[in-house]
Amino acid sequence: MSGLVRWILSFSLIIFLVNSTIASERKFNLGQIANKEEVDGWDIDVRPDGLGAPIGSGTALFGEEIYTEQCAACHGDFGEGADRWPALVGGEDSLASHDPEKTTGSYWPYASTMYDYIYRAMPYGVAQSLSFDETYQIVAYLLYMSDIIEEDFVLSDKNIGEIEMPNRDGFLLPDPRPDIINTQGNPCMSNCQVSTNIIGKARDIDVTPEDE
Amino acid sequence: MKKNKKNEVSNFKKINRRDLIIGASSIGAISLAPKKLLSEEANPENLPPNLPEWTQYLGDGVDVNPYGMPSEFEGHVIRRNVEWLTASAESSVNFTPLQDLEGFVTPNGLCFERHHGGVSVINPQDFRLMINGLVDREMIFTLDDLKRFPQTNKFYFLECAANGGMEWKGSQLNGCQYTFGMVHNVQYTGVKLSDLLLETGLKEKAKWVLAEGSDSSGMTRSIPIEKILDDCIIAWAMNGEALRPEQGYPARLVVPGWEGNMWVKWIRRLEFGDKPYMTREETSKYTDLLTSGKARMFTWVMDAKSVITSPSPEKPILSKGLHQLRGLAWSGRGKIKRVDISIDGGKNWKTAQLHSPVLSKSLTRFTLPFEWNGEELLLQSRAIDETNYVQPTISELQKIRGVNSIYHNNSIATWLVSKNGKVDNVRLG
Ligand code: HEC
Repeated sequence: MSGLVRWILSFSLIIFLVNSTIASERKFNLGQIANKEEVDGWDIDVRPDGLGAPIGSGTALFGEEIYTEQCAACHGDFGEGADRWPALVGGEDSLASHDPEKTTGSYWPYASTMYDYIYRAMPYGVAQSLSFDETYQIVAYLLYMSDIIEEDFVLSDKNIGEIEMPNRDGFLLPDPRPDIINTQGNPCMSNCQVSTNIIGKARDIDVTPEDE
Repeated sequence: MKKNKKNEVSNFKKINRRDLIIGASSIGAISLAPKKLLSEEANPENLPPNLPEWTQYLGDGVDVNPYGMPSEFEGHVIRRNVEWLTASAESSVNFTPLQDLEGFVTPNGLCFERHHGGVSVINPQDFRLMINGLVDREMIFTLDDLKRFPQTNKFYFLECAANGGMEWKGSQLNGCQYTFGMVHNVQYTGVKLSDLLLETGLKEKAKWVLAEGSDSSGMTRSIPIEKILDDCIIAWAMNGEALRPEQGYPARLVVPGWEGNMWVKWIRRLEFGDKPYMTREETSKYTDLLTSGKARMFTWVMDAKSVITSPSPEKPILSKGLHQLRGLAWSGRGKIKRVDISIDGGKNWKTAQLHSPVLSKSLTRFTLPFEWNGEELLLQSRAIDETNYVQPTISELQKIRGVNSIYHNNSIATWLVSKNGKVDNVRLG
């Protein structure tokens, strides 16, 4: 062994020792260490700040064609939703109404979630079949149809964390429940003042499935 | 001579079996039509002093049913779905037949299903759980690895946050199964995540976990690290046998007391990070829209709830006299402390008997005997949990949340018992 190799080996041993004293000890010696290739293959999520976004880009111009081919049959040519499949576009200013329409344009707080979800789950039944660039193109097309970006805007891993979604501030945290603090464990037991008028019957709505 | 008799017996059995199957399917067909149920009568030839066939002839041998199934006469005790609810059966839900169950354990084959991309079929040899992100060691575990860790066995209920979601605006579905059946309760066997993570180590900055399924929806949810370390489990068995495929075989995440969507099935990965991931399931879905147009996010805990399973729309009262009112109560915040029953729409209440075991974050069985003399009743049940939280009325919930929040409807339901014994899901106001 040459002096240099020996020097490198002892150096890396020192790094190894330092690492393992900082890191916790393995307790049971079960399982295998994952290598980078394994992790990269499965670690497909994209966070709101863009962390995890794969290198790539796309514009709405290119997105239209692939959307029409792979998505429109279920989600409609303009994202309006075909039959009972979900709508992806529309519903602006509807959230406080009687019939809120929650779409990627009207409701979703982050464009990263569109990338993440479409890549992992769509087209429905052929998950993870889109390329990174195709996914950017489709997300760009959906954002364009919702008037969030221009048709020639180049959406990419660099800027997906910066797209301003209309409903970005539409969510409340933290969970305020229990939000019903009625009786501290001692509810009324007798002669309680409640209305017992029947104002609706499921039978009259008549949408309950019946066994054949 | 002997041989002949044997033939006779097996011939008889064949005919008899076919009769039974026809009988069973016709029972199934009328299970929601109480009137016809009333006309199902016993065969006098089987009643005292007569000799029923099953008393005289041999039944099936031990080689007939290597995996036992319920009696053919229980063919109506099945999961049911509501076809008009969703565009595709692979992204849909069916419901547990709570009205037909006893005790506090849900049989594996009756646990409701909710999938977003159908049921994945996974050879356990091909199962891998990856743990990556802010851990000391990124690791991969086989199913066999998981089974060699210290083991835990716990009963927990799993309730979909959308259970009762169709009832926000009014009574819509006329059944205990359809309005409360997105809940089940089984004993899980698995490894606590706090044990599993001793192997990977955890970086100090790790505050959130992304749990990811390997199904075709790639189900993902963010879970805070405190919950993960508190009581979450990677489970591979339910009620003593391997998970059913539709419940995540070979392994799923168990998130006690929290909404069912987070209990990622067919689990393949846990990623540790310093921020939530804001997946589709925790933004587009499982957020609770209020009348202001703003939506609550990260509403994880399932608040206390109860249901009267019998009498119920599927379980009419068939005769006057003594009956046992039966029901189930549960809370994601701990144990059920008390359940009260009203027969007059909430004016007067009586406390029901809780049946042991009363476990934390588990269904709890209650009963209350009552006499019925043919009068109209408005049945309600009201759960109180160990935090003194009292199950609210629907109007209490509506006042704060409106009618469009879909999720987390844990309000008191009302069953109207009519003079003919039929039971209806009704709304009072
Ligand atoms: C065969 C029908 C079908 C096709 C084709 C399809 N989808 Fe979907 N899509 C669905 C269904 C069903 C859901 C809901 C899945 C669920 O319930 O989890 C969905 C959900 C979505 C959502 C989330 C909607 C929401 O409000 O949460 C997005 C975004 C989406 N699809 C985008 C796409 C894109 C982009 C494509 C093309 C690459 C595509 N889909 C192709 C059926 C389809």
